[in-house]
Amino acid sequence: MDILDLTIKQLHEGFLKKQFSSVEVTEAYLEQIEKKDKDIGAYLTITEKLAITQAKNADKIISSRKDFPLLCGLPCAIKDNILVEGEKCTAGSKILENYLAPYDATVIKKLKKDGAVILGKTNLDEFAMGASTENSAFKKTKNPNDLTRVPGGSSGGSAAAVLAKECCYALGTDTGGSIRQPASFCGVVGLKPTYGSVSRYGLVAFASSLDQAGPLAKNVEDVKIIFNVISGKDYLDATSVYYKFKESNKRIKGLKIGVPKEYFKKGIDKEVEKIIKNAIKKAEDNGAKIIEISLPNSDYALACYYILAPSEASANLARYDGIKYGFSEPAENLLGTYLKSRGNGFGPEVKRRIMLGTYSLSSGYYDAYYKKAQEVRRLIKEDFKKTFEKVDLIMGPTSPSPAFKIGERTDNPLSMYLADIYTVSVNLAGLPAISLPAGKIGKLPVGLQIIGNYFEENKILVVAGEMERMLKLT
Amino acid sequence: MISKEEVIHIAKLARLELTEKEIEKMQKDLSAILDYFNVLKKVPKLKNGKKNNLNTSLIRANKGIRRDGVGQKSSSLANNLVQSAPDKKEGYIKVKAVL
Repeated sequence: MDILDLTIKQLHEGFLKKQFSSVEVTEAYLEQIEKKDKDIGAYLTITEKLAITQAKNADKIISSRKDFPLLCGLPCAIKDNILVEGEKCTAGSKILENYLAPYDATVIKKLKKDGAVILGKTNLDEFAMGASTENSAFKKTKNPNDLTRVPGGSSGGSAAAVLAKECCYALGTDTGGSIRQPASFCGVVGLKPTYGSVSRYGLVAFASSLDQAGPLAKNVEDVKIIFNVISGKDYLDATSVYYKFKESNKRIKGLKIGVPKEYFKKGIDKEVEKIIKNAIKKAEDNGAKIIEISLPNSDYALACYYILAPSEASANLARYDGIKYGFSEPAENLLGTYLKSRGNGFGPEVKRRIMLGTYSLSSGYYDAYYKKAQEVRRLIKEDFKKTFEKVDLIMGPTSPSPAFKIGERTDNPLSMYLADIYTVSVNLAGLPAISLPAGKIGKLPVGLQIIGNYFEENKILVVAGEMERMLKLT
Repeated sequence: MISKEEVIHIAKLARLELTEKEIEKMQKDLSAILDYFNVLKKVPKLKNGKKNNLNTSLIRANKGIRRDGVGQKSSSLANNLVQSAPDKKEGYIKVKAVL
């Protein structure tokens, strides 16, 4: 079997049985990147030297110990808004084009501790703002299923790299759907953990009450393994929570699955609807009880998100001022430095969102926009709270359509925002959710989203694993 | 429709220099998006004013706050941080006159 097709456990077995070394596996991936990435464009930086050094160290551990972590020696890709010490971290922006990370993000420290091998940094929408990776200041990533289409965003590079076998697994970040939607568009598995279960230290901040880092991989089991490594309390992130993963004894048989009626009203592609309903029917055939539920405040979720996230972003991106680091444009005075550095360093979508956020927070508009959105956020959380009193998990589509063509939605920002319609509520509530491939429309994958209650990744993962097996049998 | 003056005012608050063309596009884009936000007018007013949205009870239970003290960092870190600045002198970051 091709090394590039092996799962985390299979590679681990291979190391134990001395079938191949980490250096061999790493070189196989580097070769694949060399072959494929000029067409796919998943990577911004390839950290070859780092990868080989890490692989050699992993091999020392593997050859001297019978017991080493599952991720030891396995090559991964990291979204370029997660700091890896000593390597460039651009956040997909010209304003950080040559910025070198001065320290490791906590998730990276955890991966390194387990002996992971980092192949490179993947492409993203600038500052994680986007749903197609077209907002990157450097390049467009193509969907490996169809090179004329987007891979989704903002973790498009990570999703494409996993699908194109340019890494064994990848890390992404999800603020409004940025792990799940590209996972859906590319046909891989992506998990957005519960807010607080994974440390945000070392992530380039976009919206601090919404951001979460999470895994993308080719199957549910791999995603579960990675999540267990990267989750946990971190004193450097006051919003992180002590997390102990306990295997769930829930199974699809006897499970109560909620299906939100609002998600199938309008705007959803008919073929996507068919695939999702089919997947849910399979669960029912296998003993689950399907309950129609209502999330009445869903209609307000997109507006709520596009006020709150840009507002938080307008504060978080204030640090890019041409003074401490990053792109700096010479000017006559301090104000000039700010205006020119930011005006020339940021791309159009980032500027749009900073403006939206600044407007929503400004005097005279704060009550009608920001304060109102915060109240709506509370209502959305309440909808989910009431729902989880009746059901174990919620199932629905990840995105209303499959991958769209490159350039199709770039002229109309609002049309781009509509791709997030099923994912943003989850971030607003802080809940965990996974997207896994449920079918295809021609070549284009369609993802099924499974949403769970707070810190119930264990339930989501075991059910997603069962769904994965059932769906593969078709 | 958001006015051109408002766009210029917000851009100044956000410390963003926009070209004439950018101001026009921003006006068009923001107007469409702010129009969409009108859907929130349909939301009923919240009865009690509680807007607490973070899982603060969980954070408190986990004693999420660390001690406010000086931590140990490598001596090279401070140097690396200053080196990232575009304008520096003798271990300090140079800034234009603030006042």
